[in-house]
Amino acid sequence: MGYPHKPHPKETVVLSQYFGDADARTYKGWVKRGGYEALSQALKLEPNAVTDIVKESGLRGRGGAGFPTGLKWTFMPKEKKKAHYLCVNADESEPGTFKDREIMRWTPHALLEGTAIAAHAIRAEVAYIYIRGEFTEPWTIMSRALEDANAAGVFGSIKVYLHRGAGAYICGEETALMNSIEGKRGNPRIKPPFPAAAGLFGLPTTINNVETLAAVPHIIKRGAAWYKGLCLSNPKSTGTKLFSVCGHVQRPGNYELTLGFPLKNLLYDMCGGAPQGRTIKACIPGGSSVPILTREESEATLLDYEGVVAAGSMLGSGGVIVFDDSADMVYQIMRLARFYAHESCAQCTQCREGTAWTTKIMERILAGQGKTKDLDLLLDLSENMTGKTICVLSDSCAAPIVSGIKKFRGEFEAYLAGKKQPVMVG
Amino acid sequence: MADGLINLTIDGAPVSVPPGTLVIEAAKQAGVLVPHYCYHPGLPVAGVCRMCLVEIEKAPKLAIACATTVTEGMVVKTQTAPAKDARQGVLEFLLINHPLDCPICDQAGECELQDFVFQEGQARTRYAEFAKRFNPVEDFGPDVLYVPNRCILCTRCVRFMDDVAKEPVLNVSERGDRAFIGIHPEARLDHPWAGNVVDLCPVGSLLSKDFLHKARAWELDKTASICTGCSQGCNITLDTRDEVVVRVRPRPNLEVNRYFICDHGRMHYKWMNRGDRIEAPLVRRDGELKATDWDEALARVQGILRGASGKAVALVSAGASSEALALVKRLLSGFSWTGAFQIVMGEEAPLAGVPNLALRAERAPNAKGAENLGYTREYTQALETAKSAAVVLVLDDSECAVQTNGALIYLGTVLGEDAACRSAEVILPIANVAEEEGTFTNRDGRDQRYYQAKPAPGMAQPAAWVLSELINAMGLAEAAR
Repeated sequence: MGYPHKPHPKETVVLSQYFGDADARTYKGWVKRGGYEALSQALKLEPNAVTDIVKESGLRGRGGAGFPTGLKWTFMPKEKKKAHYLCVNADESEPGTFKDREIMRWTPHALLEGTAIAAHAIRAEVAYIYIRGEFTEPWTIMSRALEDANAAGVFGSIKVYLHRGAGAYICGEETALMNSIEGKRGNPRIKPPFPAAAGLFGLPTTINNVETLAAVPHIIKRGAAWYKGLCLSNPKSTGTKLFSVCGHVQRPGNYELTLGFPLKNLLYDMCGGAPQGRTIKACIPGGSSVPILTREESEATLLDYEGVVAAGSMLGSGGVIVFDDSADMVYQIMRLARFYAHESCAQCTQCREGTAWTTKIMERILAGQGKTKDLDLLLDLSENMTGKTICVLSDSCAAPIVSGIKKFRGEFEAYLAGKKQPVMVG
Repeated sequence: MADGLINLTIDGAPVSVPPGTLVIEAAKQAGVLVPHYCYHPGLPVAGVCRMCLVEIEKAPKLAIACATTVTEGMVVKTQTAPAKDARQGVLEFLLINHPLDCPICDQAGECELQDFVFQEGQARTRYAEFAKRFNPVEDFGPDVLYVPNRCILCTRCVRFMDDVAKEPVLNVSERGDRAFIGIHPEARLDHPWAGNVVDLCPVGSLLSKDFLHKARAWELDKTASICTGCSQGCNITLDTRDEVVVRVRPRPNLEVNRYFICDHGRMHYKWMNRGDRIEAPLVRRDGELKATDWDEALARVQGILRGASGKAVALVSAGASSEALALVKRLLSGFSWTGAFQIVMGEEAPLAGVPNLALRAERAPNAKGAENLGYTREYTQALETAKSAAVVLVLDDSECAVQTNGALIYLGTVLGEDAACRSAEVILPIANVAEEEGTFTNRDGRDQRYYQAKPAPGMAQPAAWVLSELINAMGLAEAAR
């Protein structure tokens, strides 16, 4: 398998520089390309100094929430009384997102180097890299890379474990991931306590996304000011981000962009727009959990944390799902709801019952048996499912429902009025 | 307000509570019961039912009262529109898959789902035309049935087995709306304390086979009592219907049994309903026991006691009240007195997650009380002494293998076909623990009262009453002071 496309001239190639270059996977090849220099630099610095650089760079979590990475590291106890843990969230399961997979497939040592630097910064003895169960190829590559890195003594006294997930979407939620590593059912925990106070095995823990950590060596090597300079719009969103584009575009794939890049250019210049003869209808900009944008909204959106929020959605994981005018939005939204109903961990009442009920109503509408009150009911259920549970899975189910009904009400009403051929869903 | 306490207001009422108190507990102090399912003070917090959502001033969204600790100046509002709407939403979700088979459900009448839906829910469902989730009833253990259709997945039972019993045989199986409480395929819910999951279950999902379809909750009279199953002294409630004890449930006492009782204690009630009781005083006339009235029987005992001197032996049950034991001692105060009890021993079964709580090896409630009053465990020796004693008094020890040349007086509830006490001069019918009021002293020296749950059969009277009558008649009441 080769990397499917050469970088587009408008991309800012930092993380993806060696995507497609099989030699960069090896320890030797990585060192030849300047790998692990940042780690040596970082190890000469006090942990706090490393954190300060990352803080200064403006790097924010790339997993979805966009929390400032350096600030997160400072939450670890100042005085070290217990063992510290680092967790690397490589359980990339957000529908429409496939950026961490490429980082692990092509540049496993970038992740390992970032992991080593972060472990130094937070004074962790142990790091767990939690890899999504279905990621067989990244798993093999990461295992090999870890073996080589250990043989080369990259981690010093720090123990690094690869932990393989078993297929649950919810294990990408940070506290569910920790439960899963501990051998428990992957249920999110109530917060507080936050991981920095009591995380993995009840000890102070920092958890970062793969892409976040892969960016850290570049920041150490090239300086916070350089990274901060990578900004096209809001100064609170700095650096580059991988966007995974899928769906109805001519050239889907991963694109690395400086934050603040217009979504319109990503969709049309890089991905070539909708397939021949069709037009883009809608776009989910940040993985399946965020509100849907219409074409007009998408074309006016700048891809950074603030820009996408201003457009009424969220940057999320950067998984851009594109729908053209052939897409049946009602069907697509039903598929999303069904996914969340399947993946709900069953802890919170609203999520366990709400996601399933929502799915049943969506299926009923598609089958041409919807009631006129169904849309109001869906909106009311979504309201009851938002902001009331332990984690945001039920909010994520509600987001596409609410935005979908708001923006594509006509398509729903066509089913309700019997103007559209019923779709049997099984 | 006292120092070191956190001050907050709940629905406008000011309360002061120790730091670390949960909002749901602080609310109780303000007289506000925040509706909840997964929270239980005897279990670790889960925060999953989301029923106790309340509004806290300055918080960005609603918070669950069971997992939020109080802070100084906190303003909690449980009755605002957003909080009530959120809880109504939870109730609607909980009911969509609930069978609403209350008419045939044992929990009806003491069901938290019924109570809170009645209090805060809506009369209609919007979950029309969809089938409800169905799973068959499962046999979990010797006394526990699981009815998954009624389950609201609060996980109290799972947490009890995990964290209190420390025998993690239950879990939540499957995900989403397919979830149910699962049991380890090779395990049974037969832990000696497993029955507590039935009490903990807020709905009728975990049922006691023993109590199955036996009574409706609203028909039951409840009486505070003390478990007679062992020397732990667990606080219990005796539930009676039509003067029959039908169920034993734990009564919270944080110092003794927290919120729990063991299965041995839970099942230790059937003998309280025995039909083969001594119902009238019996006196020996022409070599045979004849039923009589209290006046004659008591006069007979007086005659025996006044006419005898020297040694007297009391062979007593360690399940007799301290009052009765003290009065026996006083009644025999004119004699050279020996008192002893025998005790049935069994296996000790601790509840791992609660310090100093176990089904104790000593299977009687008042051994400590008897010892405090001077009774000894030297039962065999006392039996030996009894042979040559002038008077032997047996108190509710129906198995007592007594032999004596003196006069035998038996105060008891039952008398077996071959009981040694059939040779007594006088037999006085007494009430059992469910039929009288009294005091037990548990193994830690804690004196605890129990109360009368049902009337004694026939002419039977509490032992303390019988003994007091005798003491008064003999003029010993003042003499002993």
